[in-house]
Amino acid sequence: MTIIQQVLFVITLGIAGFFVFKRASSIRRNILLGKDAEFNDQKGKRWGTMFRVAFGQQKMFDRPFVGFMHFLIYAGFLLINIEMLEIILDGILGTHRLFVPVLGDVYPFLINFFECAAIGVVLACVVFLLRRNVARIKRFHKDEMKGWPTSDANIILVWEIVLMFFLYTMNATDYLLQEAGDAHYPVVGSFAISQYLVPLYSGLSPEALVMVERSAWWVHIIGILGFAVYITYSKHLHIALAFPNTYFSRLEPRGKMKNMESVTNEVKIMMGAPAEDSGEEVGTFGAKDVKDLQWNQIMSAYSCTECGRCTSECPANLTGKKLSPRKVMMDIRDRAEEVGKNIDQHGADHDDGKSLYGDYISKEELMACTSCNACADACPINIDPLSIILDMRRYVAMEEASTPASWNAMFQNVENSQAPWAFPAADRFKWAEEISNSVDSQQ
Amino acid sequence: MSENIKIPTMAEMAAEGKEPEILFWVGCAGSFDDRYKRVTVSFIKILNKVGINFAVLGPEESCTGDPARRAGNEFLFQMQAMTNIEVLNAYNVKKIVTACPHCFNTLKNEYPELGGEYEVLHHSEYLQQLINAGKVKVQDGGEFKGKKITFHDSCYLGRANDVYEAPRDVLKALDADLVEMKKCKTKGLCCGAGGAQMFKEPEPGNKDINIERTEQALDTGAKIVAAGCPFCMTMLSDGIKNKEKEKEVKVLDLAEMLAQQL
Ligand code: SF4
Ligand code: SF4
Repeated sequence: MTIIQQVLFVITLGIAGFFVFKRASSIRRNILLGKDAEFNDQKGKRWGTMFRVAFGQQKMFDRPFVGFMHFLIYAGFLLINIEMLEIILDGILGTHRLFVPVLGDVYPFLINFFECAAIGVVLACVVFLLRRNVARIKRFHKDEMKGWPTSDANIILVWEIVLMFFLYTMNATDYLLQEAGDAHYPVVGSFAISQYLVPLYSGLSPEALVMVERSAWWVHIIGILGFAVYITYSKHLHIALAFPNTYFSRLEPRGKMKNMESVTNEVKIMMGAPAEDSGEEVGTFGAKDVKDLQWNQIMSAYSCTECGRCTSECPANLTGKKLSPRKVMMDIRDRAEEVGKNIDQHGADHDDGKSLYGDYISKEELMACTSCNACADACPINIDPLSIILDMRRYVAMEEASTPASWNAMFQNVENSQAPWAFPAADRFKWAEEISNSVDSQQ
Repeated sequence: MSENIKIPTMAEMAAEGKEPEILFWVGCAGSFDDRYKRVTVSFIKILNKVGINFAVLGPEESCTGDPARRAGNEFLFQMQAMTNIEVLNAYNVKKIVTACPHCFNTLKNEYPELGGEYEVLHHSEYLQQLINAGKVKVQDGGEFKGKKITFHDSCYLGRANDVYEAPRDVLKALDADLVEMKKCKTKGLCCGAGGAQMFKEPEPGNKDINIERTEQALDTGAKIVAAGCPFCMTMLSDGIKNKEKEKEVKVLDLAEMLAQQL
């Protein structure tokens, strides 16, 4: 009997592993559609940022209540992974609670701890479900959140609650089987939370108990493996990508805009200086589609939690403009997925005639950004939507030459009179005369 | 001000074989905008009063290129930047102070990559240094003593470059009663002019950003809104005019307030 279960388990594990691997490879491929960028600098600072922001959840605590709730889920999740290891080993080896002999007295303590963590997870999930569906917090119900993004969030929360329920069922029936003296079930006692479920199953025969225990075990593990596959399609991918995303996040002052080397060369030539060959191919100026972005910008789109903290701080969005930095990130991910699918179906050179700019993100959205950096500052995992908006503006200005007329006038003024306003350059120092005059007249 | 105000240019200094300690980068708004010219004058007065060895570029100054870059025109930005860098390097400039956070950010963060390495300070930081060094002393019982003042963080000073305390320190030196807006410091709300928005109409929405910000400023009950940026100054002044509060509430730059108290 156990051998069949072991074989089935290994097969299940293999199938889940296969799907996760396949999906991970296609996400990786989609991310690498982006342009090369190197991040070999300041390794210590990068690790530090990752440790603080992703591992330590620093920015989540900007909003302390939610930060705490999220921390419960996060910590619960990390801890329960330790138990997962045992469950998987048990599944493969046909053992039960493999770690009991190794850990001795520590074992029940650990399981109790996990059970308490799990209650924290359930509590936080319930609170989050209420916030989203009953309190209807505004930022969860913006236009870009219609349909899948909203159900995605709810599915995950309910899923987590169900998983925890099966964990408790497992432990409760397990305790009854220990009591019944089943040799397969080592005596570890009852546990902090699941003890309250024990009366529910106490009337069952030993055979029925084993059935329930095994079923709960299988549902729990299949649920978790399914979850692992599911998150690769969901905003929940942030549980993995938040780490690299913070590692690769920008360390420079926020106000600094990325320099375009290719332009530097051309300007040097125009100014009569000897140009250096940067070795960089002059491709498209700015970003029209995902392939024009840097790979880390696409990765950040896959990391985005759709929490909307960026959008809720965005001055353009706050005052009713179309721009929503969260939507920008969601659009990039959707477009990267689309391009990826095209490659799978029609080969790498297929052109579907669509692009990120135009089909997903409109000029109106791009033009509304004040480059204030509120979005980048608000993002709990250091995503920088502004860098992408500015890259796309470069496309609008330099490739499409379709910036608003008043901007074109400003460009002309800068070119002709070295100021964004149309004053003669010769008048630039006039203010100094004006002071001397006014001082003289005061005397 | 009875003594003569001196505004030496780099060219004059160079002709005499001298180099100033700091270059005061006036910026386009500081040179051409009637309102912001008064800030330029105030800052010049402070520099004169303290006897700082400074100079301006005068007619040789040119737009840093910030609005062009943020509007997407990287060519124009780099042309401006390289021209400016040539001038600055020819004069062997080491240290720059400016009253515009956009110039400050561009000179400080974006010029080094193009060959222009300088120590760049926003005038609030420089004023803070002068106050701390005891070089600028506010007379007791100045005009702003105990007055309710709120400071508007400009994005390019605050979030972009993490300068939050210097402007507040200047206000503290004036012994003002500093009140904070609902959104301040890292959470500060943009005035609506950054990212070259100053030079075009806003996109359709249900409110202009400067009105939203003005409401937050008025909510504090402060009679003075302190600013450290020409764009913020324009946007907030317009907002206050829009609310018909220009008689009661003034928008003033840090340098203007300090200059009045010396
Ligand atoms: S930088 Fe642009 S997108 Fe980000 S918050 Fe500011 S206005 Fe919104
Ligand atoms: S970009 Fe950051 S702040 Fe915005 S929705 Fe995504 S995770 Fe949240």
